Amino acid sequence: MDKKYCAYICAGCGIGDALDMEALAEVVSGEMSMECKTHTYLCGNEGRSLIEGDVAGGVNTIVVGACSPRVMAREFDFGVDKITVRANIREQVVWSEVKPVEGQAPHKEAAAFLQESASDYLRMACTRAKKTLLPEPYKLEEINKTILVMGGGLAGLTAAKEASAAGYKVIIVEKEEKLGGKAAGWRKSFPSKAPWTDLEENPINSIIASVEGNDRITVKTATEVARISGAPGNFGVTFKAAGDKSEWDAPQKVTVDQQDLITKGEMQDPNAGLKKYTDLNPEALKVGAVVLATGWKPADVSQYQHLGYGKVKNVVTNAEFEKLAKAGKVPANVAFIQSPGGKDNDKDFPYCNSVTSMVALKQAQYVCQDNADGKAYILYQHMRTPGHMELYYKSAQNTDGIFLTKGSVMKVEESGSSLTVAVEDTLLGEDISLQVDMVVLAAGMEPTTLTEDSINLAYRQGPALVDLDLFDGYADSHFICFPYETRRTGIYACGGVRKAETMEEAVDDATGAALKAIQCIESTDRGVSVHPRSGDATYPEFFMQRCTQCKRCTEECPFGALDDDEKGTPLPNPTRCRRCGTCMGACPERIIGFKDYTIDLIGSMIKAVEVPEDDEDRLRVLVLVCENDAYPALDMAGMKRLGISHMARFIPVRCLGSVNMAWIRDALSAGMDGAMLLGCTYGDDYQCHFVKGSEIANKRMENIGDTLKTLGLEPERCAANQVAITDYDKIPQIINEFVDLIVEMGPNPFKGF
Amino acid sequence: MTDEQGTSGAVLVVGGGISGLTAALETAEVGNDVFLVEKGPSFGGRVAQLNQYFPKLCPPSCGLEINFRRVKDNRKIRTYTMTTVKAVKGGPGNYEVTLETEPRYVNSNCTACGDCTAACPDETANDFNFGMNNSKAIYLPHEMAFPQRYVIKKSALSPAGADAIKAACKYDAIDLDMQPEMFTINVASIIWATGWVPYEPTKMENLKFGQSKSIVTNMMIERMAAPSGPTGGKIVRPGDNKAIDSIAFVQCAGSRDENHLEYCSHICCMATFKQMSYVREQYPNAKIYVFYIDLRTPGKYEKFREVRMADANASFIKGKVADIILEADGGVTVVAENALTAEKITQKVDMAVLATGMQPSLGLQDAPAELNLDASGFIISDFDKAMISAGCAKKAADVVTCTQSSTAAALKAIQVSRR
Repeated sequence: MDKKYCAYICAGCGIGDALDMEALAEVVSGEMSMECKTHTYLCGNEGRSLIEGDVAGGVNTIVVGACSPRVMAREFDFGVDKITVRANIREQVVWSEVKPVEGQAPHKEAAAFLQESASDYLRMACTRAKKTLLPEPYKLEEINKTILVMGGGLAGLTAAKEASAAGYKVIIVEKEEKLGGKAAGWRKSFPSKAPWTDLEENPINSIIASVEGNDRITVKTATEVARISGAPGNFGVTFKAAGDKSEWDAPQKVTVDQQDLITKGEMQDPNAGLKKYTDLNPEALKVGAVVLATGWKPADVSQYQHLGYGKVKNVVTNAEFEKLAKAGKVPANVAFIQSPGGKDNDKDFPYCNSVTSMVALKQAQYVCQDNADGKAYILYQHMRTPGHMELYYKSAQNTDGIFLTKGSVMKVEESGSSLTVAVEDTLLGEDISLQVDMVVLAAGMEPTTLTEDSINLAYRQGPALVDLDLFDGYADSHFICFPYETRRTGIYACGGVRKAETMEEAVDDATGAALKAIQCIESTDRGVSVHPRSGDATYPEFFMQRCTQCKRCTEECPFGALDDDEKGTPLPNPTRCRRCGTCMGACPERIIGFKDYTIDLIGSMIKAVEVPEDDEDRLRVLVLVCENDAYPALDMAGMKRLGISHMARFIPVRCLGSVNMAWIRDALSAGMDGAMLLGCTYGDDYQCHFVKGSEIANKRMENIGDTLKTLGLEPERCAANQVAITDYDKIPQIINEFVDLIVEMGPNPFKGF
Repeated sequence: MTDEQGTSGAVLVVGGGISGLTAALETAEVGNDVFLVEKGPSFGGRVAQLNQYFPKLCPPSCGLEINFRRVKDNRKIRTYTMTTVKAVKGGPGNYEVTLETEPRYVNSNCTACGDCTAACPDETANDFNFGMNNSKAIYLPHEMAFPQRYVIKKSALSPAGADAIKAACKYDAIDLDMQPEMFTINVASIIWATGWVPYEPTKMENLKFGQSKSIVTNMMIERMAAPSGPTGGKIVRPGDNKAIDSIAFVQCAGSRDENHLEYCSHICCMATFKQMSYVREQYPNAKIYVFYIDLRTPGKYEKFREVRMADANASFIKGKVADIILEADGGVTVVAENALTAEKITQKVDMAVLATGMQPSLGLQDAPAELNLDASGFIISDFDKAMISAGCAKKAADVVTCTQSSTAAALKAIQVSRR
């Protein structure tokens, strides 16, 4: 596109009162050689008409110097075929002016400081406008919209059924001979409606029938996925007979060090006999997205020796008891143990969630249904029956033959043909000893991902989902707000592999996962990103001629979007990419960039900041700010008029992971006196929307400190801080103290060189 | 009358809290048109009032900010605040919905510069902070409010106040003659994400809410703990601002009780454990007492509970609170029977927090459409009629379950036009 520029500066909201508008316009029209207009109220009808009139006359690249880009988004949106760049001179300049201490006169140059700051933001915005290109969405040559569902249990069947009901073709792969999974073995299911007291027919057979009779759904039983290669919209799936080994099995990740050992013959190649992860199987079936519903396995409870599982006969798990109940009559006197007990432990068995409390209530009901004088004892620490399940709990409390008490189970022993259960600290105010025919342990539901790769990706970063240890092995996301967003784009987990769930919850979960799969396919078809930069039409482009095969981008991508060839040259998969720019931040050769976000673009913005010489009141500190949390917090600080040093210059970045250390060098070599990163919390409870970005950026900053030292600069001139979006009250202090530190250190000695 | 016509397959989402926002975005990002309506002046709903989410102790505004950006960036979503559903006609695939927008008395000229609030002499109880402080009669709903536009509580505005704010506004944004506006839209399906209200604490007479300032609700604690709240983040006893030496949490305040809410509200145990963290951070030595029936912290929440139960200055008493007695020094005595020992427990504390439960919003009013409500007022989805419930309008749930169920609701809504 041939760019025709015009910049508009708003005088509203106090901007015109604080700044010399003419001088500001002069900076744009003079230094930046861009036509510039000012208006008293740019977001109003008249102001917008002014811009729209110019747009009609051919202006296609618009700079708006006014409020934060976070507000008035639609007022200053002139269409997807126009480039609009905002300079935030309201919140981050005029509203952030440091007020003099009460009773003191303002700094004699306060007005000049503010003017310089606003001028810099306009210089940066004009530079950005010149360097920004219109995005061209990445379109696959051919897109496949079929959805692969791994697992033919309740969750998988539901995902298939719901996706097909929206018009999509589905392939279900199930390793057993028959569909139905664990649910096929349930005698009854929990109540799902008022009055919440009656067990219901197990719906699994009717769901199986509707799936088997559905033209859009293909079922592959006794089959497993050997590997999934490719990317959303174009995954290639290789199947194999269940239990078989295949040369197409997904290879394990081999690190550079491990590869050395293998080459030297000091380590066995875990992938011997397997096709390389980049090899493409011509027979592979193409799909667009994947729902992972590989379910769960009953947890082993033999470790709780006092409970006797595996040693004492008639001590069974809840899963085993359900089988008995499905096959026929259950014993008449049964104790249900909900918590492993021992006096100090009031936790449930691991991997229970609230499901096993419900299961015990259901199975206690079987005892009473099957035996006229049946007695079921439920021994719990905390009954977990959330929501309306409380009413089922209450009805069990009122059922003759069901006895419930809190208590710590101390021992289960054989005594003749029956069992003795010793319980302490009960609600009955005394220790009790129960004689029963059978003991049922509330074993948890371990996700398949605890012990297997399950998803079997042929990716450079390995076959399994990552961060599993954070979620006890569940294929879960770490985001409360975005439960389906894992670090593998196009793959959405549901059912028992994601969480221990009741059937009702699994149905809902599977429906949600199916939606995400569909949404990923449709976004891929439009050539735009999925969450969290949903709709972003840019994607990273690589200038491969200059790649030195350092592998940093392939290693650091939080989403495993980059594969590589034999030599280590990255093989991008744009439809796996979430557009955080971590690859761009990692690249020492600076060969990765987006149409509207490049090393050169931000570097040029930094260089556009005017750096005065020999003036200790006019040091310059670059602050690269995560646009997701830290930038809104800065706006908030402005709204609260908290006052931020006039020496700071803020530039928003997609994620701290995208910060290339070249920018820090640019800033210091341009004579700026310090540089700071402001991003999200990292660690186990990370808040980074791109999972690893802020953590990676912090590591890079540690390294740049060493580089500074070798140049004779204080490493303290560079800092990184973690903030939350609610830290607007702390951010001014963080920045101002950093500026004070820089002032104390004195100007950058390389200034002017 | 403004009539808006969506393309076929358009979806109406009623309620702009975390569930409604999620349902709207997940639908629109597939490619369907969405109308998102919210009865309050800004989006974010109940979670916007929370200081932190459990178990990560992260701020809700972080996820809301991402969602607001997704809304701003997506031309498929049309948003309406101060708007409610008045009538629904037609059937699945072709509903005609009448909406009404209440007057905000501030028009779209508003730039959120804040000059009006500075000039406004009139104050009113701040509902966002449960009346624990005042706001001006013209105010921004809260600092992270989206849309960032002021609103007037006209009943609190004096004639002099009206003159003052009109004079202060440079942009002619004040319009005190604004009238309610009715309009209709056509949609294929409707997602009801109407959310919840905290159960009215005065209904439990034995718990004496309203009779002493030292008896507060768990939602009030969230506002107190929030840096943007009425006390700037400090948890103190309302009224005399006393620092907290002892505090009692009264679990199941209304929940699991056939005289009040017969169901379990799901979140209150975890909310209390979270609030224990707020208290502990500010008062390293304060005594904390938790009165409970069961501690419902299943699955991954067990670790969160374990850490807080290891607190040497926290006591956990299995027993439902029978009475709260007001004390002359401004504190209260909590009375309960310990279910394990059958002893009567009386514990004097500086402040008692009622862990009030969730009541579905529609349970308290006439539903504006033919909806299938259960006895408590939760909405039972009718997929054939394309009337779909999501989040806490469907069942009491934590945020992660709400965002999950709202994603599921998006698919059920989309299916209607693809049958």
